[in-house]
Amino acid sequence: MSQATLRVQKMSGHAGSVPGDDAQREFTVCKLIDTTTCIGCKACEVACMEWNDLPFGETVFDNTYQTMPETRWNYWNLILFNEHEKEDGSLMWLMRKNQCMHCAEPGCLAACPADGAIVQYTNGIVDFQQANCIGCGYCITGCPFDIPKMNPKTNRVFKCTLCADRVSEGLEPACIKSCPTGCLHFGSKEDMKDLAEKRAKQLRDDYNFPQAGVYDPAGVGGTGVVYVLHDATRPELYGGLPSNPSIPWSVKLWKGPLKWLGNVAMVGGLIGLFVHYLRFGPKSREDEDIHPRGENP
Amino acid sequence: MNHSDQILSHGRILRYEFHERLTHWIAAGSYIYLMLTGLAFYSPWCFWIAALLGGGQVSRMLHPWAGLIFTGAILKMFSMWSAQMYPTGADKAWWDSIGHYIRNEDDQMPAAGRYNAGQKLLFWGFIICGVLLLLSGAILWFPEYVPWNLRFLRYLAVLIHPSAALLTIGLFLIHIYMSVFAERGAFGSIIRGDVSLAFAKRYHPGWYEEITGQPASPKK
Repeated sequence: MSQATLRVQKMSGHAGSVPGDDAQREFTVCKLIDTTTCIGCKACEVACMEWNDLPFGETVFDNTYQTMPETRWNYWNLILFNEHEKEDGSLMWLMRKNQCMHCAEPGCLAACPADGAIVQYTNGIVDFQQANCIGCGYCITGCPFDIPKMNPKTNRVFKCTLCADRVSEGLEPACIKSCPTGCLHFGSKEDMKDLAEKRAKQLRDDYNFPQAGVYDPAGVGGTGVVYVLHDATRPELYGGLPSNPSIPWSVKLWKGPLKWLGNVAMVGGLIGLFVHYLRFGPKSREDEDIHPRGENP
Repeated sequence: MNHSDQILSHGRILRYEFHERLTHWIAAGSYIYLMLTGLAFYSPWCFWIAALLGGGQVSRMLHPWAGLIFTGAILKMFSMWSAQMYPTGADKAWWDSIGHYIRNEDDQMPAAGRYNAGQKLLFWGFIICGVLLLLSGAILWFPEYVPWNLRFLRYLAVLIHPSAALLTIGLFLIHIYMSVFAERGAFGSIIRGDVSLAFAKRYHPGWYEEITGQPASPKK
């Protein structure tokens, strides 16, 4: 979706090296979402729709604060709402802004077979290039966060770009700009991690949230979106945030050992058959030359 | 068809009737398209095949439909040939002598019927892999409609589909090698339908005896 001013360090379905690989100078960017100060106002949802010129779709009323059940191909940023009952019977409203996590090791990119349909820029943003997308939906299977969504009309997959076009021009993503409570921050991964840890410590020390912590899952190499959670031991409470996400085992097996086994078997099989022909030749020269069993040729 | 109708003039025997040949080539055509586009999705080194066949989008769009055509052909093959494909005691002896077969010492092979044990393996291999490819392919066709809590189906499908496809490629390579390069006369039989009496006697003596009522080998 976004601009080519960013250099690419990882590319899906690509044979050979990637132009921007090993050419990194810029730091990795990161979005920090402090769920403890999110009020669920949905300004970020609107800003995302506006900046990315996404076509409107119908919302669904489910008797809660939530606009619709999950993100859509044309709705990349959704506040997930959960009314959580604590052990003492009191209620907590948990709000989590859900969008692409921009994994350092993206499962979508690993699963994608189309050359350059999914790229990761040197600043860490994972971006879909719909022009190269073939509509197979493998990224949907590769993603541990259920983020890529197919446009059923065009069979191309969409998701949050972390406003790569804005970031490449030195601007912060649209959602960050719109947040009225300051629960969203944008900067280098290092700075955001630092800020997140400070906030989590504050929550533990001063606000009676002893389980408060930072969500930056190592299973996908860390993410370009980190959360501060009141209870980092139970991320599932926050709209099903997986506690230990990783690229699905079957995708790893399929793109790793199975592929090499298959390659060796196919090439080995072809060579084997050719060598067999060189060694033993055909069973007979011509149809008519075939001699019946038990008779000498 | 009566056995006597299968004996043609000029020392030929009818091996495949028209509907058998047509089914074979519908399966072959759809399979080759599926294999080529499948290889394009399988490895970046083969993605150029998709470009050659009209682009990745077109290949992804047509691959499942070709799969349905292939499924239809496989079902027809099952109804035509499965009765002749059940393993017999002779097949065990055939596998025990596989070394002779590989070294083209066909004189020393146990007598095969219309299909030898290797051909039966090819048949059942394609039937079983065909079913696996159909089931996993249905999931891969519409991954976006598989609910999140049933995502293990997608995880299984992305493993089963290429695994079964790779097995069929192995069978396919051997099938092409045997029919086009190794056994002269076999390719003609799936084009024009007939083989020579000598071909039948040598490679399928049991079938020869069934059709002609004559012993295939003077030693017998």
